[in-house]
Amino acid sequence: MTRAFKILTVQAAVLATSTVMMSAMATMTRAATPAATAVRIDNFTFKDAVVTVKRGTTVTWTNGDDIPHTVVAKDGSFKSKVLDTGERFSFTFAKPGQFGYYCSLHPHMTGTIVVKA
Amino acid sequence: MLDGDHETRRHFLKCMAWAGTGALFAFNAGVGSSIGLESALAAPVRSTPSKPFTFVQLSDSHIGFNKPPNSDARATFREAVAKVKALAVKPDFIIHTGDVSQLSRDDEFDDADQILKESGLPVFYIPGEHDMLDPDGGKAFLNRFGKGTRGAGWYSFDHRGVHFVALVNVADLKPGGMGNLGAKQLKWLKSDLDGRSSSTPIVVFAHIPLWTVYADWGWGTDDSAEALKLLARFGSVTVLNGHIHQITQKVEGRIAFHTARSTAFPQPAPGTAPSPGPLRVPADQLRGLLGITDAMFVRGQQPIALVDSTLSA
Repeated sequence: MTRAFKILTVQAAVLATSTVMMSAMATMTRAATPAATAVRIDNFTFKDAVVTVKRGTTVTWTNGDDIPHTVVAKDGSFKSKVLDTGERFSFTFAKPGQFGYYCSLHPHMTGTIVVKA
Repeated sequence: MLDGDHETRRHFLKCMAWAGTGALFAFNAGVGSSIGLESALAAPVRSTPSKPFTFVQLSDSHIGFNKPPNSDARATFREAVAKVKALAVKPDFIIHTGDVSQLSRDDEFDDADQILKESGLPVFYIPGEHDMLDPDGGKAFLNRFGKGTRGAGWYSFDHRGVHFVALVNVADLKPGGMGNLGAKQLKWLKSDLDGRSSSTPIVVFAHIPLWTVYADWGWGTDDSAEALKLLARFGSVTVLNGHIHQITQKVEGRIAFHTARSTAFPQPAPGTAPSPGPLRVPADQLRGLLGITDAMFVRGQQPIALVDSTLSA
């Protein structure tokens, strides 16, 4: 085997491997198309108060009240800017766990996102 | 209210506090009562050892609010300030008990400032939760209206023998809780009151009520009992709040509590709707539900009178 042919073989192998990896990644991406869940804010209430999602889910809160609200994690892991009427805030939950949150203007408004692995 | 038939009028008008066209809240040696605005104005003014004075409470102007039932909160705030200017007795100053703005935007604070300047009177502010919405959590408000204050914007001052205490209960609110004063502010309050004679009349103002009006809607302050304990030894304490956009009043011991109307929009009475928020009243009723509070002090006579009047009155 000549040296040149050897290098070519290695290159072909690398190319083949990366092609396989790329298609595998594409398959994974398709399979794990992130789930999306909506939480409405109406009448000074997060609905539903407890929402269970899979890891990687994006949760979007929409304020339906005529009064501004915020969405703030108790552990500080996420925090919206102030949401006026009709405005939204989204956060993607990458880690499993329980994430309690509240409205920092009206702290009696609370909710929890439960993220499953 | 200062003369002999005080008792009769007081009795007759006790039920008038909620009539909506204006009510006067007075307390004398710790006994609270309500009498009508017309009677208060008709009462002869007697000379007293020291000059009486008045000040005005404005609240919840929500500059920037433009949804039903009020498409222009700036206009109704202007009307409120015009009403202050038209008062027969010129007030010494105005206090604004918070929610100056709707969203803590610079233009909202600017406009509130400009409109209040039309009164030509000094204004003392405290923030509401709507004034804490800038990215720095209240800095925009403090830079403009809270110069020389401590912490989140609390302070005190004396005026003609009355001690005024401005408290902030909208900063650093806890999940699941209501209004909150916090340990640091309570410690300051204790040192502020220490050494003052118990006969000093005290006026406390804060945005969220310092007593629990309705816990389900967060209409109260979690640690207010600690503040009230510090105030209990004083002979005359008046607590002025906003936040709930309607008049409520209560007397506990020698402390008289009162909440003012908003100049922007009314809110439902506790528990009468699924939630708090703007009450969508017909346009012709709106100004009957917005208003100002005029407070009268008569030193030596003791009564402290709060006259609520609406924009339509």
